[in-house]
Amino acid sequence: MKRTWGVRIWRWSIIAVVGAYLLVPLYAMFDFSTKPFGFQDKGRTFRAWQIIPSQQDLMISIARSLITAGIVMSLILFLIVPTAIWVHLKLPLLRRPFELLCLLPLAIPAIVIVVGIAPLYRWISIHLTESPITLSGVYSMLILPYTYRSLSAALDAVDIHTLAEAARTLGANTSRVIFGIIMPTIKTGIVNGSFIAIALVMGEFTISNILNYKTFQVVIAQIGRTNGNVAVAVSLASILFVLVLLLAIPTKKRRSAVLDVDLV
Amino acid sequence: MSSSTYVQLVDLAKHFGKVRALDGLSLDIAQGELVALLGPSGCGKTTALRALAGLQELDRGQLIVDGKDVTFQNANKRGMGMVFQAYSLFPHMTARENVEYGLKLKAHKTAGDKRKARSAELLELVGLSTHANHFPHQLSGGQQQRVALARALAISPKVLLLDEPLSALDAKVRTQLREEIRRIQIELGTTTLFVTHDQEEALSIADRVGVMRNGQLEQIAAPSELYDRPKTSFVAEFVGLTNPISGKVSGGSIEILGSVVKTLPGSVTSGTGIALIRPESIDVVASKSGNAKVAAASFLGASCRLNITMNDGAKVTAQLPSSDAAGIGAGATVSVSLLDMPVFVKAAG
Repeated sequence: MKRTWGVRIWRWSIIAVVGAYLLVPLYAMFDFSTKPFGFQDKGRTFRAWQIIPSQQDLMISIARSLITAGIVMSLILFLIVPTAIWVHLKLPLLRRPFELLCLLPLAIPAIVIVVGIAPLYRWISIHLTESPITLSGVYSMLILPYTYRSLSAALDAVDIHTLAEAARTLGANTSRVIFGIIMPTIKTGIVNGSFIAIALVMGEFTISNILNYKTFQVVIAQIGRTNGNVAVAVSLASILFVLVLLLAIPTKKRRSAVLDVDLV
Repeated sequence: MSSSTYVQLVDLAKHFGKVRALDGLSLDIAQGELVALLGPSGCGKTTALRALAGLQELDRGQLIVDGKDVTFQNANKRGMGMVFQAYSLFPHMTARENVEYGLKLKAHKTAGDKRKARSAELLELVGLSTHANHFPHQLSGGQQQRVALARALAISPKVLLLDEPLSALDAKVRTQLREEIRRIQIELGTTTLFVTHDQEEALSIADRVGVMRNGQLEQIAAPSELYDRPKTSFVAEFVGLTNPISGKVSGGSIEILGSVVKTLPGSVTSGTGIALIRPESIDVVASKSGNAKVAAASFLGASCRLNITMNDGAKVTAQLPSSDAAGIGAGATVSVSLLDMPVFVKAAG
């Protein structure tokens, strides 16, 4: 009995410490964002939260970042996922090199990537467009390590070779095999990878700031220079948005027990 | 090519590096026939099946189905129904959706109503009409393979290909399902190629059984012929149990265990040879003046297996009906002779 209590106390202590580590800064942000703007004022105010919608730059940057995230997701769905499936199905020898290639953005600091990619974006902004949406290209590269790991784990968990062969013998062509059979089978992996990608796109600052694009995070930083309370309110909102997104990642449900196992 | 030949595998060859998976394999299958390919691991039986399905490219050879050369046709256009060794149901579809899948595709496009009727009919045929809306993870292994069979049959395949579909199942389910496969195959008259390493499975349901070795067909014959009249020592030893007993061969006969029996074609014709005797070909009678002693007796239900040591030290295994073995136990002195059945004799050494 004593031991059980000891374990319980130990468990709850850990949860409390970790919870405090995560929640205290969030509370501090909330506290700061609801403080009156002037030092003399006392009490609480939601003015910082209320004026968020009136910040036109901010609203435009949110829309841009969401569009960019959407484009990145499309690239994941129509380029990265089919490529990963193709490599797993048809080019097993390329699996290791492909994996290494996908993990590279993790090993290279963002600042190095941006220095390397800056001339290309300079050319794009001069000759094509200045829209921050073009950042979806470099973001698709940055999200590769997370998306690929998630996809690879999902692809390894099922016998996609047999599924693909079964579909082919039934009359399915390659695109039907990939989009109709394999992709729905690894849906959880795709959703996980996509959500992580959205979180990364919404939170990215270094590259967009150095390349001088006004994305969500860059605009927050700019607001922060003039009005700290609003900047913190927006940051908190964005953290909560991403948190909700991550919590929405479907956890693997316990599969129901096999029914009627006595039947052949 | 005989007039009833429906599927022809002509001189198939496939190498994987230095391994010859298929080395000049030729096989004819008649319409509505169930042919089983039997052989040890790596003999090329699965490669042959996959080649016919279009899932394996060949180095050489020709595949003819219903008079058409399909050697270079894509798997999705061949119209072969296949059941795999591994569970292969699409996990995001119910049993009914799995069965209907092939009928939704261009190659076998069927209208919605007909599709539903066909899937219902096939699920009933495999005894799973009450499980139509179950997902694969809600079905047992045997049920999944039944749905896979229904799915393969839904497209009215030219040839049904079964790649060890029962090997992942437990013994009881395996026996039950193999009988059902045979029943359904006869009912629908589907030409079928069945690959297995389980000889009991092959012998029990196939019209003809082909024994493969090193990418070639050693012998193809009806199960009883394959068992009773093997053409090579490999077939004799691979299919069923044999007792290797040496004796003198002359004039198409061999003298062993005090009896003279005829030799099968392909046997050694003279000198000393080793006869491969089936346990059922050995007659055992309790006799105090017998020429052997029973070392051990195992009761197998309808039959009884006796491990016997001959007076000269040779060891043989005999199998006789339990009724005939009554009273013969370990330590009994027995008289051993051979039934008058031709035997295969291989070269000594």
